[in-house]
Amino acid sequence: MSTWDRFVDTFFNGKVMAKYLPDILSGMVVTIELAVLIVITGLGAGLALALIRSLAIRPLNWLIIFIVDLFRALPPLVIIVLIYFGLPYADLSFSGFVSTWLSLALVLMAFSEEIFWAGITSVHKGQWEASRSTGLSFGQTLMNVVLPQALRLTIPPLTNRTIAITKGTALGTVVAVTEILGEASSAMSNSYNPSPLMMGAAAYLVLFLPVVVLARRLERKFAWKR
Amino acid sequence: MATPSIVDARAIHKHFGALHVLKGVDLKVAERELVFVIGPSGSGKSTLLRCLNRLEEPSSGSIVVDGIDMLDPRTDINHARQRIGMVFQSFNLYPHMTALGNVTLALRKVAGKSRAEADRLGRAALERVGLADRSEHTPGQLSGGQQQRVAIARSIALEPRVMLFDEPTSALDPELVGSVLEVMRSLRMSGMTMIVVSHEMGFARNAADRVVFMDDGLIVEQGAPAEIFEHPAHDRTRAFIGQIQRH
Ligand SMILES: Nc1ncnc2c1ncn2[C@@H]1O[C@H](COP(=O)(O)OP(=O)(O)OP(=O)(O)O)[C@@H](O)[C@H]1O
Ligand SMILES: [Mg+2]
Repeated sequence: MSTWDRFVDTFFNGKVMAKYLPDILSGMVVTIELAVLIVITGLGAGLALALIRSLAIRPLNWLIIFIVDLFRALPPLVIIVLIYFGLPYADLSFSGFVSTWLSLALVLMAFSEEIFWAGITSVHKGQWEASRSTGLSFGQTLMNVVLPQALRLTIPPLTNRTIAITKGTALGTVVAVTEILGEASSAMSNSYNPSPLMMGAAAYLVLFLPVVVLARRLERKFAWKR
Repeated sequence: MATPSIVDARAIHKHFGALHVLKGVDLKVAERELVFVIGPSGSGKSTLLRCLNRLEEPSSGSIVVDGIDMLDPRTDINHARQRIGMVFQSFNLYPHMTALGNVTLALRKVAGKSRAEADRLGRAALERVGLADRSEHTPGQLSGGQQQRVAIARSIALEPRVMLFDEPTSALDPELVGSVLEVMRSLRMSGMTMIVVSHEMGFARNAADRVVFMDDGLIVEQGAPAEIFEHPAHDRTRAFIGQIQRH
Protein backbone atom coordinates (compact mmCIF):
# COMPACT_ATOMS: atom_id res chain seq x y z
CA MET A 1 0.00 0.00 0.00
CA SER A 2 1.39 3.36 -1.00
CA THR A 3 1.29 6.33 1.36
CA TRP A 4 -1.42 7.86 -0.77
CA ASP A 5 -3.56 4.75 -0.61
CA ARG A 6 -3.18 4.60 3.13
CA PHE A 7 -4.16 8.26 3.37
CA VAL A 8 -7.28 7.70 1.29
CA ASP A 9 -8.13 4.54 3.19
CA THR A 10 -7.89 6.42 6.47
CA PHE A 11 -9.60 9.70 5.69
CA PHE A 12 -11.90 8.80 2.82
CA ASN A 13 -12.77 5.22 3.56
CA GLY A 14 -15.61 4.31 1.22
CA LYS A 15 -17.15 1.61 3.40
CA VAL A 16 -17.15 3.75 6.50
CA MET A 17 -18.51 6.72 4.59
CA ALA A 18 -21.34 4.73 3.07
CA LYS A 19 -22.23 3.30 6.45
CA TYR A 20 -22.42 6.62 8.26
CA LEU A 21 -23.79 8.79 5.45
CA PRO A 22 -27.39 8.58 6.77
CA ASP A 23 -26.19 9.73 10.21
CA ILE A 24 -24.33 12.68 8.74
CA LEU A 25 -27.38 13.60 6.65
CA SER A 26 -29.67 13.53 9.66
CA GLY A 27 -27.07 15.64 11.47
CA MET A 28 -27.27 18.09 8.60
CA VAL A 29 -31.02 18.36 8.99
CA VAL A 30 -30.61 19.14 12.69
CA THR A 31 -27.91 21.72 11.93
CA ILE A 32 -30.10 23.37 9.31
CA GLU A 33 -33.06 23.49 11.67
CA LEU A 34 -30.90 25.01 14.39
CA ALA A 35 -29.26 27.49 12.03
CA VAL A 36 -32.52 28.72 10.55
CA LEU A 37 -34.07 29.17 13.99
CA ILE A 38 -30.98 30.96 15.31
CA VAL A 39 -30.71 33.31 12.34
CA ILE A 40 -34.40 34.25 12.31
CA THR A 41 -34.83 34.75 16.04
CA GLY A 42 -31.34 36.14 16.69
CA LEU A 43 -31.40 38.74 13.91
CA GLY A 44 -35.06 39.54 14.58
CA ALA A 45 -34.41 40.16 18.26
CA GLY A 46 -31.23 42.12 17.50
CA LEU A 47 -33.06 44.39 15.07
CA ALA A 48 -35.93 44.84 17.52
CA LEU A 49 -33.50 45.85 20.29
CA ALA A 50 -31.75 48.32 17.97
CA LEU A 51 -35.08 49.87 17.00
CA ILE A 52 -36.13 50.15 20.65
CA ARG A 53 -32.75 51.69 21.42
CA SER A 54 -33.33 54.37 18.79
CA LEU A 55 -36.33 55.60 20.79
CA ALA A 56 -33.72 56.89 23.26
CA ILE A 57 -35.54 55.91 26.46
CA ARG A 58 -32.73 56.07 29.00
CA PRO A 59 -33.44 53.20 31.44
CA LEU A 60 -34.45 50.94 28.58
CA ASN A 61 -31.22 51.70 26.75
CA TRP A 62 -29.12 50.92 29.82
CA LEU A 63 -30.87 47.59 30.05
CA ILE A 64 -30.28 46.87 26.36
CA ILE A 65 -26.61 47.81 26.59
CA PHE A 66 -26.21 45.59 29.67
CA ILE A 67 -27.83 42.58 27.98
CA VAL A 68 -25.87 43.10 24.80
CA ASP A 69 -22.54 43.44 26.58
CA LEU A 70 -23.30 40.40 28.71
CA PHE A 71 -23.98 38.10 25.78
CA ARG A 72 -21.09 39.44 23.79
CA ALA A 73 -18.70 38.81 26.67
CA LEU A 74 -19.76 35.28 27.63
CA PRO A 75 -18.42 32.38 25.55
CA PRO A 76 -21.36 30.68 23.78
CA LEU A 77 -20.40 27.33 25.30
CA VAL A 78 -20.80 28.77 28.79
CA ILE A 79 -24.26 30.06 27.92
CA ILE A 80 -25.30 26.69 26.52
CA VAL A 81 -24.08 24.89 29.62
CA LEU A 82 -25.75 27.41 31.94
CA ILE A 83 -29.09 27.08 30.17
CA TYR A 84 -28.96 23.30 29.86
CA PHE A 85 -27.56 22.41 33.26
CA GLY A 86 -28.32 25.55 35.26
CA LEU A 87 -31.90 26.48 34.45
CA PRO A 88 -33.37 23.17 35.66
CA TYR A 89 -32.51 24.41 39.18
CA ALA A 90 -34.92 27.26 38.49
CA ASP A 91 -37.52 24.68 37.43
CA LEU A 92 -36.98 25.45 33.78
CA SER A 93 -35.57 22.68 31.71
CA PHE A 94 -34.86 22.79 28.04
CA SER A 95 -33.70 20.07 25.69
CA GLY A 96 -30.17 20.25 24.32
CA PHE A 97 -31.62 21.44 21.02
CA VAL A 98 -33.57 24.29 22.60
CA SER A 99 -30.65 25.21 24.87
CA THR A 100 -28.32 25.47 21.89
CA TRP A 101 -30.86 27.43 19.88
CA LEU A 102 -31.58 29.91 22.71
CA SER A 103 -27.91 30.40 23.57
CA LEU A 104 -26.73 31.10 20.06
CA ALA A 105 -29.80 33.21 19.28
CA LEU A 106 -29.01 35.36 22.33
CA VAL A 107 -25.39 35.73 21.21
CA LEU A 108 -26.45 36.61 17.66
CA MET A 109 -29.03 39.03 19.06
CA ALA A 110 -26.34 40.79 21.07
CA PHE A 111 -23.84 41.09 18.23
CA SER A 112 -26.42 42.00 15.60
CA GLU A 113 -27.98 44.64 17.85
CA GLU A 114 -24.61 46.37 18.01
CA ILE A 115 -24.20 46.12 14.24
CA PHE A 116 -27.74 47.34 13.49
CA TRP A 117 -27.29 50.15 15.99
CA ALA A 118 -23.99 51.22 14.45
CA GLY A 119 -25.72 51.24 11.05
CA ILE A 120 -28.61 53.35 12.32
CA THR A 121 -26.36 55.92 13.98
CA SER A 122 -24.10 56.14 10.95
CA VAL A 123 -26.93 57.53 8.81
CA HIS A 124 -26.39 61.25 8.48
CA LYS A 125 -28.51 63.54 10.65
CA GLY A 126 -29.55 65.43 7.53
CA GLN A 127 -31.51 62.38 6.38
CA TRP A 128 -33.64 62.50 9.53
CA GLU A 129 -34.13 66.24 9.14
CA ALA A 130 -35.11 66.12 5.48
CA SER A 131 -37.63 63.39 6.16
CA ARG A 132 -39.07 64.93 9.32
CA SER A 133 -39.31 68.34 7.60
CA THR A 134 -41.63 66.83 5.00
CA GLY A 135 -43.88 65.55 7.77
CA LEU A 136 -42.84 61.93 8.13
CA SER A 137 -43.07 60.72 11.72
CA PHE A 138 -40.14 59.30 13.68
CA GLY A 139 -41.23 55.75 12.91
CA GLN A 140 -41.87 56.42 9.22
CA THR A 141 -38.47 58.06 8.91
CA LEU A 142 -36.79 55.15 10.65
CA MET A 143 -38.47 52.56 8.44
CA ASN A 144 -38.42 54.31 5.06
CA VAL A 145 -35.31 56.47 5.16
CA VAL A 146 -32.87 55.41 7.87
CA LEU A 147 -33.20 51.64 8.08
CA PRO A 148 -32.73 50.93 4.36
CA GLN A 149 -29.49 52.91 4.44
CA ALA A 150 -28.40 51.37 7.73
CA LEU A 151 -29.04 47.81 6.52
CA ARG A 152 -26.86 48.32 3.50
CA LEU A 153 -23.93 49.17 5.75
CA THR A 154 -24.65 46.31 8.10
CA ILE A 155 -24.80 43.50 5.55
CA PRO A 156 -21.07 42.66 5.41
CA PRO A 157 -20.40 42.60 9.19
CA LEU A 158 -23.76 40.99 9.80
CA THR A 159 -23.18 38.07 7.45
CA ASN A 160 -19.75 37.46 8.94
CA ARG A 161 -21.17 37.37 12.46
CA THR A 162 -24.16 35.30 11.45
CA ILE A 163 -22.00 32.67 9.79
CA ALA A 164 -19.54 32.56 12.69
CA ILE A 165 -22.28 32.19 15.28
CA THR A 166 -24.29 29.69 13.25
CA LYS A 167 -21.22 27.47 13.00
CA GLY A 168 -21.39 27.43 16.79
CA THR A 169 -24.22 24.91 16.42
CA ALA A 170 -21.36 22.39 16.68
CA LEU A 171 -21.25 23.28 20.38
CA GLY A 172 -24.58 21.49 20.68
CA THR A 173 -22.61 18.20 20.90
CA VAL A 174 -21.85 18.95 24.55
CA VAL A 175 -25.55 18.84 25.38
CA ALA A 176 -26.17 15.80 23.19
CA VAL A 177 -27.59 17.51 20.14
CA THR A 178 -27.19 15.20 17.18
CA GLU A 179 -26.08 17.85 14.70
CA ILE A 180 -23.34 17.34 12.09
CA LEU A 181 -20.32 17.36 14.35
CA GLY A 182 -22.03 15.22 16.99
CA GLU A 183 -22.97 12.59 14.41
CA ALA A 184 -19.52 12.73 12.86
CA SER A 185 -17.61 12.30 16.09
CA SER A 186 -19.74 9.45 17.37
CA ALA A 187 -19.38 7.77 13.98
CA MET A 188 -15.66 8.33 14.21
CA SER A 189 -15.36 6.67 17.59
CA ASN A 190 -17.59 3.78 16.53
CA SER A 191 -15.62 3.12 13.35
CA TYR A 192 -12.15 3.96 14.64
CA ASN A 193 -11.76 5.95 11.43
CA PRO A 194 -11.73 9.72 10.78
CA SER A 195 -13.63 9.52 7.48
CA PRO A 196 -16.94 10.62 9.08
CA LEU A 197 -15.21 13.79 10.18
CA MET A 198 -14.31 14.49 6.54
CA MET A 199 -17.94 13.97 5.65
CA GLY A 200 -18.88 16.38 8.40
CA ALA A 201 -16.46 18.94 6.99
CA ALA A 202 -17.99 18.46 3.55
CA ALA A 203 -21.45 18.88 5.05
CA TYR A 204 -20.46 22.22 6.58
CA LEU A 205 -19.09 23.36 3.22
CA VAL A 206 -22.28 22.34 1.45
CA LEU A 207 -24.30 24.29 4.02
CA PHE A 208 -22.26 27.42 4.39
CA LEU A 209 -20.74 28.07 0.97
CA PRO A 210 -24.12 28.98 -0.57
CA VAL A 211 -24.73 31.31 2.37
CA VAL A 212 -21.43 33.09 1.76
CA VAL A 213 -22.22 33.42 -1.95
CA LEU A 214 -25.70 34.70 -1.18
CA ALA A 215 -24.26 37.26 1.21
CA ARG A 216 -21.96 38.54 -1.50
CA ARG A 217 -24.93 38.89 -3.84
CA LEU A 218 -26.86 40.84 -1.23
CA GLU A 219 -23.92 43.18 -0.69
CA ARG A 220 -23.81 43.94 -4.39
CA LYS A 221 -27.55 44.42 -4.61
CA PHE A 222 -27.56 46.96 -1.79
CA ALA A 223 -24.56 48.93 -3.00
CA TRP A 224 -26.06 51.92 -4.78
CA LYS A 225 -23.94 54.65 -6.22
CA ARG A 226 -23.26 57.47 -3.78
CA MET B 1 -48.66 96.31 6.26
CA ALA B 2 -52.25 95.30 5.75
CA THR B 3 -51.50 91.88 4.34
CA PRO B 4 -51.88 89.18 6.97
CA SER B 5 -48.60 87.54 7.92
CA ILE B 6 -48.21 83.88 7.10
CA VAL B 7 -45.27 83.46 9.45
CA ASP B 8 -45.47 85.20 12.80
CA ALA B 9 -42.62 84.39 15.17
CA ARG B 10 -42.35 86.34 18.39
CA ALA B 11 -39.69 86.63 21.05
CA ILE B 12 -37.92 83.43 20.01
CA HIS B 13 -35.22 82.38 22.43
CA LYS B 14 -33.06 79.33 21.96
CA HIS B 15 -30.47 77.98 24.36
CA PHE B 16 -28.08 75.12 23.66
CA GLY B 17 -27.03 74.35 27.21
CA ALA B 18 -25.27 77.48 28.39
CA LEU B 19 -25.13 78.91 24.88
CA HIS B 20 -27.77 81.56 24.22
CA VAL B 21 -28.16 81.36 20.44
CA LEU B 22 -31.41 83.25 19.77
CA LYS B 23 -32.03 86.17 22.07
CA GLY B 24 -35.58 87.23 21.35
CA VAL B 25 -36.15 87.25 17.60
CA ASP B 26 -39.36 88.61 16.09
CA LEU B 27 -40.04 87.78 12.47
CA LYS B 28 -43.20 88.40 10.50
CA VAL B 29 -43.45 87.38 6.90
CA ALA B 30 -46.32 88.38 4.65
CA GLU B 31 -47.89 86.11 2.09
CA ARG B 32 -45.88 86.01 -1.17
CA GLU B 33 -43.01 87.84 0.47
CA LEU B 34 -39.38 86.80 -0.06
CA VAL B 35 -37.34 87.52 3.04
CA PHE B 36 -33.60 87.24 2.74
CA VAL B 37 -31.61 86.59 5.92
CA ILE B 38 -27.93 87.48 6.19
CA GLY B 39 -25.47 87.57 9.04
CA PRO B 40 -22.12 86.33 10.21
CA SER B 41 -21.42 82.68 10.85
CA GLY B 42 -22.85 81.59 14.18
CA SER B 43 -25.34 84.46 14.38
CA GLY B 44 -28.25 82.01 14.59
CA LYS B 45 -29.71 82.09 11.05
CA SER B 46 -29.99 78.32 10.68
CA THR B 47 -31.27 77.93 14.20
CA LEU B 48 -34.01 80.47 13.51
CA LEU B 49 -35.14 78.65 10.34
CA ARG B 50 -35.05 75.32 12.14
CA CYS B 51 -37.19 76.71 14.95
CA LEU B 52 -39.85 77.76 12.46
CA ASN B 53 -40.65 74.15 11.52
CA ARG B 54 -39.62 72.87 14.95
CA LEU B 55 -36.67 70.83 13.80
CA GLU B 56 -35.24 72.72 16.74
CA GLU B 57 -37.37 73.26 19.83
CA PRO B 58 -37.33 76.96 20.80
CA SER B 59 -36.69 77.59 24.51
CA SER B 60 -39.44 80.21 24.56
CA GLY B 61 -41.52 82.40 22.28
CA SER B 62 -44.41 81.80 19.94
CA ILE B 63 -44.55 80.72 16.32
CA VAL B 64 -47.65 80.77 14.15
CA VAL B 65 -47.41 79.56 10.58
CA ASP B 66 -50.43 79.78 8.31
CA GLY B 67 -52.65 80.07 11.35
CA ILE B 68 -51.18 77.02 13.07
CA ASP B 69 -49.62 77.46 16.50
CA MET B 70 -46.43 75.48 15.92
CA LEU B 71 -45.49 75.29 19.60
CA ASP B 72 -48.87 74.11 20.87
CA PRO B 73 -48.41 70.52 22.07
CA ARG B 74 -51.81 69.68 20.60
CA THR B 75 -50.66 70.66 17.11
CA ASP B 76 -50.04 67.68 14.83
CA ILE B 77 -46.50 68.67 13.97
CA ASN B 78 -46.16 66.17 11.13
CA HIS B 79 -49.23 67.58 9.49
CA ALA B 80 -48.09 71.15 10.03
CA ARG B 81 -44.66 70.48 8.56
CA GLN B 82 -46.18 69.61 5.19
CA ARG B 83 -47.03 73.28 4.86
CA ILE B 84 -43.46 74.38 5.49
CA GLY B 85 -40.95 73.24 2.91
CA MET B 86 -37.29 73.16 3.83
CA VAL B 87 -34.23 73.06 1.60
CA PHE B 88 -30.85 72.28 3.12
CA GLN B 89 -27.32 73.25 2.23
CA SER B 90 -26.35 69.59 1.81
CA PHE B 91 -29.50 68.62 -0.18
CA ASN B 92 -30.11 65.58 2.03
CA LEU B 93 -31.66 63.51 -0.73
CA TYR B 94 -32.34 59.87 0.13
CA PRO B 95 -29.49 58.04 -1.63
CA HIS B 96 -31.34 54.73 -1.86
CA MET B 97 -34.23 56.15 -3.87
CA THR B 98 -34.63 57.61 -7.33
CA ALA B 99 -35.40 61.30 -7.79
CA LEU B 100 -39.07 60.39 -8.16
CA GLY B 101 -38.89 58.20 -5.06
CA ASN B 102 -37.46 61.12 -3.10
CA VAL B 103 -40.23 63.42 -4.25
CA THR B 104 -43.10 60.97 -3.70
CA LEU B 105 -42.19 59.53 -0.29
CA ALA B 106 -43.98 62.18 1.78
CA LEU B 107 -46.82 62.39 -0.76
CA ARG B 108 -47.54 58.73 -0.12
CA LYS B 109 -46.72 58.48 3.58
CA VAL B 110 -47.94 61.83 4.87
CA ALA B 111 -50.35 63.25 2.32
CA GLY B 112 -51.88 59.79 1.86
CA LYS B 113 -51.80 59.77 -1.95
CA SER B 114 -51.97 56.54 -3.90
CA ARG B 115 -48.79 55.55 -5.68
CA ALA B 116 -50.21 56.55 -9.06
CA GLU B 117 -51.37 59.92 -7.80
CA ALA B 118 -48.09 60.52 -5.97
CA ASP B 119 -46.14 59.66 -9.13
CA ARG B 120 -48.22 62.10 -11.15
CA LEU B 121 -47.69 64.91 -8.63
CA GLY B 122 -44.03 63.98 -8.22
CA ARG B 123 -43.40 64.13 -11.96
CA ALA B 124 -45.14 67.49 -12.13
CA ALA B 125 -42.87 68.79 -9.33
CA LEU B 126 -39.76 67.49 -11.11
CA GLU B 127 -40.99 69.16 -14.28
CA ARG B 128 -41.23 72.47 -12.43
CA VAL B 129 -37.55 72.28 -11.47
CA GLY B 130 -36.58 71.25 -14.99
CA LEU B 131 -35.74 67.62 -14.20
CA ALA B 132 -38.61 65.71 -15.76
CA ASP B 133 -36.06 63.58 -17.63
CA ARG B 134 -34.16 62.65 -14.46
CA SER B 135 -36.96 61.05 -12.47
CA GLU B 136 -35.41 57.57 -12.50
CA HIS B 137 -31.89 58.72 -11.60
CA THR B 138 -30.55 58.21 -8.10
CA PRO B 139 -28.92 61.14 -6.29
CA GLY B 140 -25.49 59.66 -6.96
CA GLN B 141 -26.13 60.02 -10.68
CA LEU B 142 -27.05 63.70 -10.45
CA SER B 143 -24.92 66.84 -10.21
CA GLY B 144 -25.07 68.95 -7.07
CA GLY B 145 -27.29 71.50 -8.77
CA GLN B 146 -29.65 68.79 -9.98
CA GLN B 147 -29.73 67.22 -6.52
CA GLN B 148 -30.69 70.52 -4.95
CA ARG B 149 -33.44 70.99 -7.52
CA VAL B 150 -34.79 67.51 -6.69
CA ALA B 151 -34.73 68.57 -3.04
CA ILE B 152 -36.76 71.65 -3.95
CA ALA B 153 -39.17 69.45 -5.91
CA ARG B 154 -39.50 67.18 -2.86
CA SER B 155 -40.71 70.18 -0.88
CA ILE B 156 -42.95 71.85 -3.44
CA ALA B 157 -44.69 68.59 -4.31
CA LEU B 158 -46.42 68.91 -0.92
CA GLU B 159 -47.69 72.37 -1.91
CA PRO B 160 -46.28 74.16 1.11
CA ARG B 161 -47.44 77.62 2.10
CA VAL B 162 -43.91 78.71 3.03
CA MET B 163 -40.47 77.57 1.94
CA LEU B 164 -37.35 77.82 4.07
CA PHE B 165 -33.95 77.77 2.34
CA ASP B 166 -30.80 77.35 4.41
CA GLU B 167 -27.83 78.28 2.21
CA PRO B 168 -29.23 76.32 -0.74
CA THR B 169 -26.30 77.12 -3.04
CA SER B 170 -23.36 77.14 -0.61
CA ALA B 171 -22.33 73.55 -1.33
CA LEU B 172 -22.47 73.98 -5.11
CA ASP B 173 -19.75 74.58 -7.65
CA PRO B 174 -20.09 78.17 -8.93
CA GLU B 175 -21.27 77.09 -12.37
CA LEU B 176 -24.19 75.15 -10.85
CA VAL B 177 -25.47 77.94 -8.60
CA GLY B 178 -27.37 79.65 -11.42
CA SER B 179 -29.69 76.73 -12.14
CA VAL B 180 -30.82 76.55 -8.52
CA LEU B 181 -31.33 80.32 -8.23
CA GLU B 182 -33.33 80.13 -11.47
CA VAL B 183 -35.70 77.62 -9.89
CA MET B 184 -35.99 79.77 -6.77
CA ARG B 185 -36.80 82.78 -8.92
CA SER B 186 -39.55 80.91 -10.74
CA LEU B 187 -40.96 79.76 -7.40
CA ARG B 188 -41.07 83.34 -6.31
CA MET B 189 -42.85 84.31 -9.53
CA SER B 190 -45.48 81.68 -8.77
CA GLY B 191 -46.18 83.48 -5.50
CA MET B 192 -44.42 81.24 -2.99
CA THR B 193 -43.61 82.79 0.37
CA MET B 194 -39.91 82.26 0.99
CA ILE B 195 -37.38 82.77 3.76
CA VAL B 196 -33.87 82.43 2.37
CA VAL B 197 -30.58 82.31 4.26
CA SER B 198 -27.84 82.81 1.69
CA HIS B 199 -24.76 84.72 0.66
CA GLU B 200 -26.01 85.27 -2.89
CA MET B 201 -26.22 89.05 -2.68
CA GLY B 202 -27.05 89.44 -6.37
CA PHE B 203 -30.11 87.25 -5.88
CA ALA B 204 -31.05 89.26 -2.79
CA ARG B 205 -30.86 92.52 -4.71
CA ASN B 206 -33.15 91.53 -7.53
CA ALA B 207 -35.46 89.00 -5.91
CA ALA B 208 -35.84 89.85 -2.21
CA ASP B 209 -38.60 92.05 -0.83
CA ARG B 210 -36.80 92.46 2.44
CA VAL B 211 -33.34 91.79 3.80
CA VAL B 212 -32.92 90.87 7.46
CA PHE B 213 -29.51 91.23 9.07
CA MET B 214 -28.85 89.04 12.11
CA ASP B 215 -25.95 89.20 14.49
CA ASP B 216 -25.34 87.44 17.77
CA GLY B 217 -28.83 85.96 18.05
CA LEU B 218 -30.75 89.12 17.25
CA ILE B 219 -32.18 90.87 14.21
CA VAL B 220 -30.06 94.02 14.06
CA GLU B 221 -31.90 95.69 11.21
CA GLN B 222 -34.11 94.96 8.24
CA GLY B 223 -35.45 96.73 5.18
CA ALA B 224 -35.59 96.81 1.40
CA PRO B 225 -32.46 95.32 -0.22
CA ALA B 226 -31.25 98.64 -1.65
CA GLU B 227 -31.64 100.30 1.71
CA ILE B 228 -29.74 97.61 3.64
CA PHE B 229 -27.00 97.23 1.06
CA GLU B 230 -26.45 100.92 0.26
CA HIS B 231 -27.38 102.66 3.50
CA PRO B 232 -27.13 100.30 6.44
CA ALA B 233 -28.02 102.04 9.69
CA HIS B 234 -25.70 99.98 11.86
CA ASP B 235 -21.93 99.64 11.85
CA ARG B 236 -22.16 95.88 12.25
CA THR B 237 -24.32 95.63 9.13
CA ARG B 238 -21.96 97.86 7.18
CA ALA B 239 -18.94 95.83 8.29
CA PHE B 240 -20.62 92.56 7.34
CA ILE B 241 -21.75 93.76 3.92
CA GLY B 242 -18.33 95.25 3.23
CA GLN B 243 -16.76 91.90 4.08
CA ILE B 244 -19.13 89.92 1.87
CA GLN B 245 -18.62 92.21 -1.11
CA ARG B 246 -14.85 92.01 -0.88
CA HIS B 247 -15.02 88.26 -1.39
N1 LIG C 1 -27.37 71.42 18.03
C1 LIG C 1 -26.56 72.37 18.54
N2 LIG C 1 -25.95 72.19 19.74
C2 LIG C 1 -25.14 73.13 20.26
N3 LIG C 1 -24.88 74.30 19.68
C3 LIG C 1 -25.45 74.55 18.49
C4 LIG C 1 -26.31 73.60 17.85
N4 LIG C 1 -26.73 74.12 16.67
C5 LIG C 1 -26.15 75.34 16.58
N5 LIG C 1 -25.37 75.60 17.66
C6 LIG C 1 -24.63 76.84 17.92
O1 LIG C 1 -25.50 77.91 17.79
C7 LIG C 1 -24.87 79.00 17.19
C8 LIG C 1 -25.68 79.47 15.98
O2 LIG C 1 -25.63 78.46 15.01
P1 LIG C 1 -26.36 78.59 13.61
O3 LIG C 1 -26.08 77.34 12.89
O4 LIG C 1 -27.77 78.97 13.82
O5 LIG C 1 -25.56 79.80 12.96
P2 LIG C 1 -25.63 80.34 11.48
O6 LIG C 1 -25.95 81.77 11.59
O7 LIG C 1 -26.53 79.50 10.67
O8 LIG C 1 -24.13 80.17 11.01
P3 LIG C 1 -23.54 79.71 9.58
O9 LIG C 1 -23.52 80.95 8.72
O10 LIG C 1 -22.15 79.27 9.92
O11 LIG C 1 -24.39 78.63 9.07
C9 LIG C 1 -23.47 78.57 16.84
O12 LIG C 1 -22.60 79.02 17.85
C10 LIG C 1 -23.55 77.08 16.88
O13 LIG C 1 -22.33 76.51 17.27
MG1 LIG D 1 -26.25 78.12 9.09
